[in-house]
Amino acid sequence: MAIEVRIPTILRTYTGGERAVEGSGATVTELIDKLEVDHPGIQERLLENGEARRFVNIYVNDEDIRFTGGLDTAVADGDTVVILPAVAGGAA
Amino acid sequence: MRFDSLIDSVGGTPLVGLPNLSPTPDVRLWAKLEDQNPTGSIKDRAALSMILRAEQDGRLTPGATILEPTSGNTGISLAMVASQRGYQLICVMPENTSIERTQLLTMWGAQIIPSPAAGGSNEAVRVAKGLAAEHPDWVMLYQYGNPANADAHYEGTAPEILADLPEITHFVGGLGTTGTLMGVGRFFREHKPEVRIVAAEPRYGELVYGLRNLDEGFVPELYDASLIDSRFSVGPRDAVRRVRELIASEGIFAGISTGAILHAALAQAAKCVKAGETADIAFVVADGGWKYLSTGAYEGTLDEAEDTLDGQLWA
Repeated sequence: MAIEVRIPTILRTYTGGERAVEGSGATVTELIDKLEVDHPGIQERLLENGEARRFVNIYVNDEDIRFTGGLDTAVADGDTVVILPAVAGGAA
Repeated sequence: MRFDSLIDSVGGTPLVGLPNLSPTPDVRLWAKLEDQNPTGSIKDRAALSMILRAEQDGRLTPGATILEPTSGNTGISLAMVASQRGYQLICVMPENTSIERTQLLTMWGAQIIPSPAAGGSNEAVRVAKGLAAEHPDWVMLYQYGNPANADAHYEGTAPEILADLPEITHFVGGLGTTGTLMGVGRFFREHKPEVRIVAAEPRYGELVYGLRNLDEGFVPELYDASLIDSRFSVGPRDAVRRVRELIASEGIFAGISTGAILHAALAQAAKCVKAGETADIAFVVADGGWKYLSTGAYEGTLDEAEDTLDGQLWA
């Protein structure tokens, strides 16, 4: 079993239109390194100066990695990683 | 309880225990019933606070027109306060919100300018900022960046919870403008720093995230990540499942965003049980379910509810 990585609409140009791709690695950093091998160019859209870009949110099993150790957050087979652009939302 | 007028009765909401959904006698959940505010949502606090502050600052003068991007509740609260204090209100609201919100805003006398569904609240913010530039005489209170929004929770919501639940260990709230979490978070950082602040963020359908480029992303100006400790993303299926559990198990009829908040609260509770900790977890019931009956969230299967909510701003 692999790690499921859900790709937002705006980044599907890098995944041939796929909404979800398989990933692997022990941390989010390793996962994104592997994504870059399979889908060249995607890493630069996600990261800046060794961190997730300001308007990019990454969730491992629904938890925002900024609060769980950042790119060092551990991932394992069976996990779901969701990448989303930051947007205005909520009961506003 | 007696008040001089309706707006004087904002806040002071009950905190009720959840004897059936609390996982163990040592890990307890408590609901802050913000639906019991005058227009039925937590946004009464922010709306009143922003209008009073703008009056004090001299930005709002008698007969002024207020402009605000809102997906509903803030607009409804502003409309009520504006009607009582003699202001006009224009709301920029995404067209993919429930029909009840439009009906309520109209009833309280607000004008509505629809913004495109694609892009959700991002688009409403963009349209409102454009209108504000074209109409310098309109006053945009701008809940996403107005400190009076967070201050309402720093001065009201949080101290009320601490007074009712001195043993509180966690606070769970919804992340939209971030006003609730920023105000409550700052209060507890100062007064009881061991309290963990947990954010529940609604995860919408793809339509809402369909930006033309990533630089169009949006983080509310109020947001300070150092005031929260964890952030859960909750999709419509879990939100609907939890909102149904809340009414079935505890008799509390809440709006869909509260389902997302409860989902995060239960996830936190499960972590506490697993770690063998004692916990008293307070979470926000942001509004009642009335405004969402037309969405189908309360009937049929979860699959059906998930389908009908796709593309809607359900929180």
